[in-house]
Amino acid sequence: MEIGIEHYLTVAAMLFTLGVFGIFLNRKNVITILLSIELILLSVNINLVAFSSYMGDLVGQVFTMLILTVAAAEASIGLAILVVYFRNRGSIAVEDIHLMKG
Amino acid sequence: MVTAITFYILAAVLVTSGIMVVFSKNPVHSVLFLILAFFNAAGLFVLLGAEFVAMILVIVYVGAVAVMFLFVVMMLDINFAELRKGVMEYLWVGLLIGFILLLEMVFIVGGWNMTDGIATTITAATPPVNEVTNTDAIGRILYTDNIFLFQLAGLILLVAMIGAIVLTHRKRDGVKKQNIGDQVRRRRNDAYEAVDVKPGSGI
Repeated sequence: MEIGIEHYLTVAAMLFTLGVFGIFLNRKNVITILLSIELILLSVNINLVAFSSYMGDLVGQVFTMLILTVAAAEASIGLAILVVYFRNRGSIAVEDIHLMKG
Repeated sequence: MVTAITFYILAAVLVTSGIMVVFSKNPVHSVLFLILAFFNAAGLFVLLGAEFVAMILVIVYVGAVAVMFLFVVMMLDINFAELRKGVMEYLWVGLLIGFILLLEMVFIVGGWNMTDGIATTITAATPPVNEVTNTDAIGRILYTDNIFLFQLAGLILLVAMIGAIVLTHRKRDGVKKQNIGDQVRRRRNDAYEAVDVKPGSGI
């Protein structure tokens, strides 16, 4: 049985959908939203590496590393904002974060 | 055959742990399942012949990002049961959106095939595996053709680091710190005082 690029694309599509679904399901919990974003980025990485491997082009793997960097930076900044917010308000419920409107 | 079995095992565990990340009641479990998902994705990458990215995934994601998530989840005193309330309200909306998204991706991928001339557009062809290792090959194009991307990645990390430190740094009262300027500026007259003590009385 041959494992083609479609198999990898399917797995990545399922992970992506799960990530989007997670954002909708855990609307109140910022931490789970951040975890869902990590899932989405992981699925994008799987897509890039699959295409890179099946087309014999290495640039896809370089792109993957760039996305990895951005994901790490995003997670660190997001968690820093979360920690500061928790320090000031004592809660991280998304519904409470409405002070900056207007 | 072995490849196919390995792929199906890795993919099944990956998707299952993805589901568990989304549905776990406890965020600590979510993070642990995310770590499992990263390990399985790394396995898929090894299967695809991208060993370097696989190892980077394990080191960066499992070693740094996931541990950072664990730190924050455990450090903050959050009532997760409170956050969990009313989750099922959004279940059907989420399922609907997810289903539509999946359907769209199926339509796109289903009607997709490689263009004929795609092989001529390859910018950095993968060298034969028995001559050049994956890490070596990536290094050869990362530090030459893609040097600006590499520098940009470093810049992004620098900005993220400075941002995170500036955001979470705070001045605390009552913390004793060494002030070298004050220490150097201190003269003998600041340090002692001559007091004329009368006999029979205290100071």
